[in-house]
Amino acid sequence: MAKKAVYIYERFERFWHWSQALLVSLLALTGFEIHGSYSLLGFENAAALHNSSAVLLVVLIVFSVFWHFTTDAWRQYIPTRKNLQAQIRYYTAGVFRGELHPVKKTRRRKMNPIQVLAYLSLKLVIVPLMVFSGMLYMAYRYTYQGDLRALDFLNLKAVAFWHVLGAYLLLLFTVVHVYMTTTGSTVTENLKAMLTGYEELEEEEAELEST
Amino acid sequence: MKNKVILVIGLNLILFILMHWIVSMDFSPTQEKSMLEALRGKYGEKYVSSVDHSKFEILQKEFATPQEVTRACISCHTERHKEVMKSNHWKWEREEYIEGRGVTYAGKNNLLNNFCIGSSGNEKACAKCHIGFDFEATPDFYMKAENVDCMVCHDNSSEYMKGGGMAGLPAAQVNLTKVAQSVSRPANANCGACHFFSGGGNNVKHGDLEAALLDCSKDVDVHMASEGTSMACVDCHTADKHIIKGKLFSLSSEDANRATCRECHGALPHEKDVLNTHTAKVACQTCHIPVYAKENATKMYWDWSTAGRLKEGKPFHLEDSMGNHSYMSAKGSFVWEKNVKPEYVWFNGTADHYILGDKVDTLGPIQVNRLNGSFADGKIIPVKVHRGRQPYDPVNQLLIQPFVYSKKKGEGAYWKDFDWVKASEVGMSEANLPFSGEVTFPETEMYWPLNHMVAPADQSLGCSDCHVRSGSRLAGLSGFYMPGRDGGGWLDEAGTWVLLFTVIGVSAHALSRIIMHFNSK
Repeated sequence: MAKKAVYIYERFERFWHWSQALLVSLLALTGFEIHGSYSLLGFENAAALHNSSAVLLVVLIVFSVFWHFTTDAWRQYIPTRKNLQAQIRYYTAGVFRGELHPVKKTRRRKMNPIQVLAYLSLKLVIVPLMVFSGMLYMAYRYTYQGDLRALDFLNLKAVAFWHVLGAYLLLLFTVVHVYMTTTGSTVTENLKAMLTGYEELEEEEAELEST
Repeated sequence: MKNKVILVIGLNLILFILMHWIVSMDFSPTQEKSMLEALRGKYGEKYVSSVDHSKFEILQKEFATPQEVTRACISCHTERHKEVMKSNHWKWEREEYIEGRGVTYAGKNNLLNNFCIGSSGNEKACAKCHIGFDFEATPDFYMKAENVDCMVCHDNSSEYMKGGGMAGLPAAQVNLTKVAQSVSRPANANCGACHFFSGGGNNVKHGDLEAALLDCSKDVDVHMASEGTSMACVDCHTADKHIIKGKLFSLSSEDANRATCRECHGALPHEKDVLNTHTAKVACQTCHIPVYAKENATKMYWDWSTAGRLKEGKPFHLEDSMGNHSYMSAKGSFVWEKNVKPEYVWFNGTADHYILGDKVDTLGPIQVNRLNGSFADGKIIPVKVHRGRQPYDPVNQLLIQPFVYSKKKGEGAYWKDFDWVKASEVGMSEANLPFSGEVTFPETEMYWPLNHMVAPADQSLGCSDCHVRSGSRLAGLSGFYMPGRDGGGWLDEAGTWVLLFTVIGVSAHALSRIIMHFNSK
């Protein structure tokens, strides 16, 4: 079947993806320094960068939530069992034999069932966990109009525990995610698509898309 | 369509709330700089007295006794002595509430320390730092107005000096007329005469209060620096009716009448808000007094148990590399330190003390004073902890108040006779306490909160002095979570292993793909 370049990732999507990647990397780098795992930028710089990256990321998340709902892109994340087993079999066996992907990638269905589950849990579990625990962390002590305020009912140890747990999950996700980008029809195909927006997809599917 | 509209409005609302929250976070610099300028203006001005006592007729004479000077003072300042006689400087005690004891009268009369131990029985020597003449610990003495020593605090001629072992009387060579004519607001040297030299030498006790503060650089103390605002003790330690604000919890117990940083600097003085939020649990002193005893060493350890060694029947002394006594036959062994990093404790503003007669065991070091507080109700403060060994009666479980000072041998004074049993016998009977005849030397600790020798801002502690996994200044404090210091628990272990396995798994997957790819060709 002939292939055709399909515009699969819109401009906002790519902007969102890469700025999120940058911010999450910065947050991980500075976050584990704040946690005491290593010393790199110095605690003060790390904390300042961590806080401002966090605020930017939250703003970005708000925009992306807005984008998902206004463009109906959220429908991409509806989980399905259809082809789930086939996809598991592909990643554990077929991929080694150079078989074709069991699920065709289209504009309407950009993700295979495993990707859907992975990204859905990222968005519904890990990111909310990080944002929520991070906000509690920030609000633990703050000043408001010349007054020192504190959420003294909070146990900072517990807040930190969930935040660090989320950080490890996010790292785990990132490692697998980055690796999985190499499982496209060529090693760099997925990466190129997220950069340019265009991906070589089978023409048949592309045509279906336009009808 | 309708759903979408609701959604858009909802999301905008969320965005609005979020933006409001971000904007309302106080990023704007406080008035820190201009506030400091105003304070410099206020306190940088040299004090000028509105009265010149040298012009008063009543002071144009030779005074035969210091009491005569006091009578002259009282003839004009007719009620002032009454204020003085209510003060702790006169009474050597405060009426304070102590948790577990109730209202307590505690002070130099009945509290012990782990330096020269205590005043009772040794008043003739200790009264060098009492604001009275002919000091005796009798009710009668405390009633005599003419014994109030106005000069020791108000002399501005640098002439006045109390004599050693003279029960608070001025040294014989003091020209009382010159002193009386010079009186004015207390200068730093007046306060320092006792508060710098407490414990029998410069900087022995406090560590952050010493003679170098009379003329020091900003590096030593930003407030008192000669080239800076050159503040006076009484600028912060203001007085109302001779009751002076500020006190130290080596003797005090109550969270009242304290001199605080925030009186001048406000509650949230930092430009960086993250520093302001620290003030919830961290006292100003903790970051701003990174080291103490910057110019001259302070005593950190005093071991009475080694006292009494004689060379050819005579007392002797040894010196350390800094020229401070490391051993004295009369007092035992000492350790002095300079540029000392404080220890840190939780403090809620109340303290308890070993009061003469308290029974105490020796399972751990005996805390001569105890600073109360925890994460829940206190703030972290820097302290000098003075450790030592001092005489103790193991049968009666009492710290011993020994009799140490006398001019003559044979009265039992330790500094003359070097006999612990005799010195304890006399001392304890003076204090109306039992003594078994046995003397041991358990470890004791005394806590001295640090409030002076405030460093310039650029020398204050940085984040990583505390927020660090190993070597944190706050390593010894528990009961709370601190980012950077705490961590490395099972979550980190588990997280590291899971990550490691993931990387291995991913690598194995990749390797298999590569091998299979080449095999299939």
